[in-house]
Amino acid sequence: MDKLSNNQIAWRAAQDIADGAYVNLGIGFPEKVAQFQPAGREAIFHTENGILNFGEAPPPGQEDWDIINAGKKAVTIRPGTAFFHHADSFAMVRGGHLDVAILGAYEVAETGDLANWSTGPKGVPAVGGAMDLVHGAKRVAVITEHVTKDGKPKLVKRCSLPLTGVACVTRVYTSLAVIDIEGGRFVLREKLPTLSLEALQAVTGAELLVPGPVADLIVPEV
Amino acid sequence: MDKTVADLATAVAGIEDGMTVMIGGFGGAGAPIELIHALIDRYRATGHPTDLTVVNNNAGNGHVGLAALIEAGMVKKLICSFPRSADPVVFTELYLAGRIELELVPQGTLAERIRAGGAGIPAFYTPTSYGTDLAKGKPVEEFDGRPYVRERWLKADAALVKAEAADSYGNLVYRAAARNFNPLMCMAAREAIVQVSRIVPPGGLDPEAIVTPGIFVQKVVAVADPHQEEDLNRANAAYPLEA
Repeated sequence: MDKLSNNQIAWRAAQDIADGAYVNLGIGFPEKVAQFQPAGREAIFHTENGILNFGEAPPPGQEDWDIINAGKKAVTIRPGTAFFHHADSFAMVRGGHLDVAILGAYEVAETGDLANWSTGPKGVPAVGGAMDLVHGAKRVAVITEHVTKDGKPKLVKRCSLPLTGVACVTRVYTSLAVIDIEGGRFVLREKLPTLSLEALQAVTGAELLVPGPVADLIVPEV
Repeated sequence: MDKTVADLATAVAGIEDGMTVMIGGFGGAGAPIELIHALIDRYRATGHPTDLTVVNNNAGNGHVGLAALIEAGMVKKLICSFPRSADPVVFTELYLAGRIELELVPQGTLAERIRAGGAGIPAFYTPTSYGTDLAKGKPVEEFDGRPYVRERWLKADAALVKAEAADSYGNLVYRAAARNFNPLMCMAAREAIVQVSRIVPPGGLDPEAIVTPGIFVQKVVAVADPHQEEDLNRANAAYPLEA
């Protein structure tokens, strides 16, 4: 089955970030979204550990370890950067000041429930800022492979893994489709043109509603 | 008024067995490595303090700073949001062996609990963690049609904090994103102990630029050229450090 690469999923998510938006990207895969900002649009990135408007990673050897992102990777400051403490940082998150948060997922339910912090009781649990980020941002989007490594749906009726948040996700960008969550249901907006609706439904764990036209999900090689 | 103390050993002398100690920093940024190491030195010399409850965002990295404090066996319980790192072996082994307690708190809730502790607010409501395992047993209330989880304040006997500069009144400025939890922990601790690169005379800091007003600070000690945890770990350092 044809599918988008991680870079292509990130590219597609970046196209929906408006000029002037305040954005938080989850650690790991979602960080890629920053690389694909459309020309002429400025997004201002927030990191939980207290920086607004940070820049890209410095060249190796030029890291300043007091200037890092939530994944503890070195970033840079740029004209217009602001520093603040953790309570202010999460006031930005919970207080509804961020326009978009883009996160990874183990599972997303048609109810908008998200599971992305724990794969179960084994090992050391760690949550970080994930449970805060799913509340407060005006849009909470997920980027993910459409299915797990062994082919099971990641878009499901109800999450089986421990929840990060309830009814919080508004849009999902997958390797096969763009799907909104409205009224507790998956609503298909875009799919790969080579993929039939039946084939897409077969790898999705809950019903896809198709109330309107479905656009072709066409992404350049990036 | 002069809150400066002569050396690191004096700075941490009041920390006793069983205390709750907040330690600033997010990963290595803003981590008061020298104060932590001074506490380990005291433990090695006297067997105290031990059975500490430590509040930090993380659980240490490698074998220096907080990880070394845990490795020394001084920590009974950790309250944190993300006990993982590039090299979390010290905490991971103790936790999986059942030899250290963990209270896992979402990062924003952790920050707000500490802020509330310093601000005299015994509890507050947050949307964070509603409907998840981390809200189990906590009261839930609906406001304006949305459910919120009640969380309690967090206070400490002492805080170990890193800032960039202080004056003798304990007014503090920080460096870049090394600020993170440090200003909140100064507020929430009975005794905020701060290491700074520079101590300046009163008037040496711009009053408009003070991040932590001195009323929240009890002790200041100068550490002119502090270690950065990330640099130590990239050099595979372990505490005690080789000269």
